[in-house]
Amino acid sequence: MHRTQCRECREHLSEKEMLSRLDDILAGYKNVDGATIPVLQTAQNMFGYLSKPVMKEISRKLNKPYSEIAGIVSFYSFFSTVPRGKHLVRVCLGTACYVRGGKRILEAIKKELGIDVGQTTEDRLFSLDIGRCFGACGMAPVIMVNDTVHQRCKAVKVAEILDHYRNKKSGPEKEQV
Amino acid sequence: MFCAYVNNIKVEVTEGSTILQAAAQAGFKIPTLCYLEDKTPQGACRVCMVEVEGARTLMAACCTPVTANMKILTNTRRVREARRNVVELLLSEHKGDCKTCTRNDDCELQELARALGIDNVRFQGETTAQKLDNTTPALTRDSGKCIKCRRCVTVCNEVQSIGSIFPQSRGFKTTIGPAFDTMLDDVVCVQCGQCAAVCPVAAITENSHIDGIWKALDNPEKFVVVQTAPAIRAALGECFNNEPGTLVTGKMVAALRQLGFDAVFDTNFTADLTIMEEGTELLMRLKKSLVEKQLAPLPMFTSCCPGWVRFAEHYYPDFLPNLSTCKSPQQMFGALAKTYYAAKIGKKMEDITVVSIMPCTAKKYELQRPEMNSSGLRDVDYVLTTRELGRMIRQSGIEFNALPDDKTDSPMGRSSGAADIFANTGGVMEAALRTVYEIVTGRELPVKKLHLDPIAGLNGIKHASLKIEGTVGEWNFLEGIEVKVAVVHSLGNARKVIEAVKNGQVFHFIEVMACPGGCISGGGQPRFTNDKIRQKRINAIYKEDEGKQLRKSHENPEIQQIYKEFLVKPLGKKSHKLLHTHYTARNM
Ligand code: SF4
Ligand code: SF4
Ligand code: SF4
Ligand code: FES
Repeated sequence: MHRTQCRECREHLSEKEMLSRLDDILAGYKNVDGATIPVLQTAQNMFGYLSKPVMKEISRKLNKPYSEIAGIVSFYSFFSTVPRGKHLVRVCLGTACYVRGGKRILEAIKKELGIDVGQTTEDRLFSLDIGRCFGACGMAPVIMVNDTVHQRCKAVKVAEILDHYRNKKSGPEKEQV
Repeated sequence: MFCAYVNNIKVEVTEGSTILQAAAQAGFKIPTLCYLEDKTPQGACRVCMVEVEGARTLMAACCTPVTANMKILTNTRRVREARRNVVELLLSEHKGDCKTCTRNDDCELQELARALGIDNVRFQGETTAQKLDNTTPALTRDSGKCIKCRRCVTVCNEVQSIGSIFPQSRGFKTTIGPAFDTMLDDVVCVQCGQCAAVCPVAAITENSHIDGIWKALDNPEKFVVVQTAPAIRAALGECFNNEPGTLVTGKMVAALRQLGFDAVFDTNFTADLTIMEEGTELLMRLKKSLVEKQLAPLPMFTSCCPGWVRFAEHYYPDFLPNLSTCKSPQQMFGALAKTYYAAKIGKKMEDITVVSIMPCTAKKYELQRPEMNSSGLRDVDYVLTTRELGRMIRQSGIEFNALPDDKTDSPMGRSSGAADIFANTGGVMEAALRTVYEIVTGRELPVKKLHLDPIAGLNGIKHASLKIEGTVGEWNFLEGIEVKVAVVHSLGNARKVIEAVKNGQVFHFIEVMACPGGCISGGGQPRFTNDKIRQKRINAIYKEDEGKQLRKSHENPEIQQIYKEFLVKPLGKKSHKLLHTHYTARNM
């Protein structure tokens, strides 16, 4: 069975478990105006992406047509409807990294992977997110791939770093670079 | 009230009026595209732009409120250029071939281009990606033709409270459609076709059955019978430039005969039959509840409208036992044509083709519901919308307006005025009460001209109550009872009335029609329909009703005949097999 990892507690969840956690979230938003986007965000943070059953459940509970929910999800690039990629790439845009060119690095990665922030490559190898400080300001700009920090990153080095993960057979693990 | 100036003409406007309304008051027509009367303006198309003194940018007239002493200019060079740009851009993106488009007689985009005097398109760019969606039985969507005006979104969401269609994605990639640009069949859609009725172009249209019908008509082995819904006669004339509300009953029959149908009948006949069955069903439920003190599903809901039936199946499965088990008149007709009538003329049912002319797209869906085969075959074979029939008549070179009046055939062609009013909101209820009241009291419904005024007209939710007095025989249990009825049209209002019932409001009988105004403005009627046109069609229907000697279903001699020769009695064994049905709970 397909299991998704909860990104908050790192547990692996079945679809049924996902839906019951979702109900807890939704209970807090009963009869709240403008709840749709916050609920979708919370659900995505929790499951890493928005699956069809999750969106359907949100549609039913918030009394919003499924097509309307889908319209919102497909409008904002930070929502993702596919499971997270094997490798999570996070670009720090905290102050230090930002000043030292974090934005340029982000652009280079977007171009290299052909995706936007919040999205996942079609081969499900990479997902892209931004971060707000990984506590490595002294070595700015940094990016983080899975749990590994790549320091003093440069736009021209992006392809090389990503290739390293492309060629790796196994999943995410801690390593020294 | 305050003053404003439109092209230097002073007008007095009420607070909250839009520029569009003020301009109309001053006698100026501002072109619009996405705008729909009485609905929340979308401001999506920017075709309605005007200049306002003191404002830097042009303003959208449909959604900008007038302020005191506002000076509005609707026809400056800047305005004309801007509107032209907008429409030229739409034309350059539009992937359609006007020469062969089904909308080329009533396309609003073409009309707009004409109105703005556009004689060439200066832009050349990418056209909208074309994706055809004919996953549902009733409708075809063509994304290449969609100009993203969002009228369908407004109607499906605001009026019908369904929301099958919303804008998806963003920027140039935006599409107007079901979730994640999938197919209509992947989301809840009741096939009412109200989206197709407001679409200005051919991006949503009915699935055409014209070819199949020509084939059947050309096949000498097939005996092709046709039935016409009550609402056709008050609208078909509009396809031939007649004023809305022109009755064309006789010409319609003549045209069908000229097209080659072997027998021309009337859905009105089975509308009368519906009253016999449904009226009896109501009385049985009341008896069960009041006399036998058993649980009976009340209020009873009407079941003639397949859009409403599908809606209840998706959203209110708990209420399905409350729906009358009567099939719609269209389906009753099909089942009888292939049994009762086939036997009468000595034909095998497989040699009979049943065609319906309907104001409705959902009827194309209804005919293919798996259970609609009680004759042994598909009870109805093809459905043409009013618009399609208009097209077929034109294809044949028939001079519609010059046709003499003709009469329907027997034995399924005669009807009472009660059947006519099935076409409009309030009609089924009034027709039922005309018969039920008389069964129970032996007297005529005690209202002027047999019309129950509180449930007539275009108010969304209507109520009436009727005190039953002077009951006869077995109906004494109803003596002194106040029968409470409600009538709603459009599914948003259906939702409201069901919620009211859930909250304890008491009704005995509720009529629901999915389309605003009822079938007279169904998804298959001539475009464009607004409340003024709805009212004209309704007036025509009442005129047809009042012009008849027969005003009550139970007095129709052909109805008496079919019970005598074939059905025996309402809710009898044959009725159960051929005229009644069941419903299926569905997911959301
Ligand atoms: S047919 Fe009715 S329910 Fe379906 S999309 Fe159109 S308006 Fe909505
Ligand atoms: S389908 Fe028709 S009504 Fe809907 S947005 Fe497109 S053009 Fe407008
Ligand atoms: S109200 Fe009439 S036209 Fe509209 S969906 Fe129902 S049956 Fe069809
Ligand atoms: S009609 Fe005003 S913006 Fe479309």
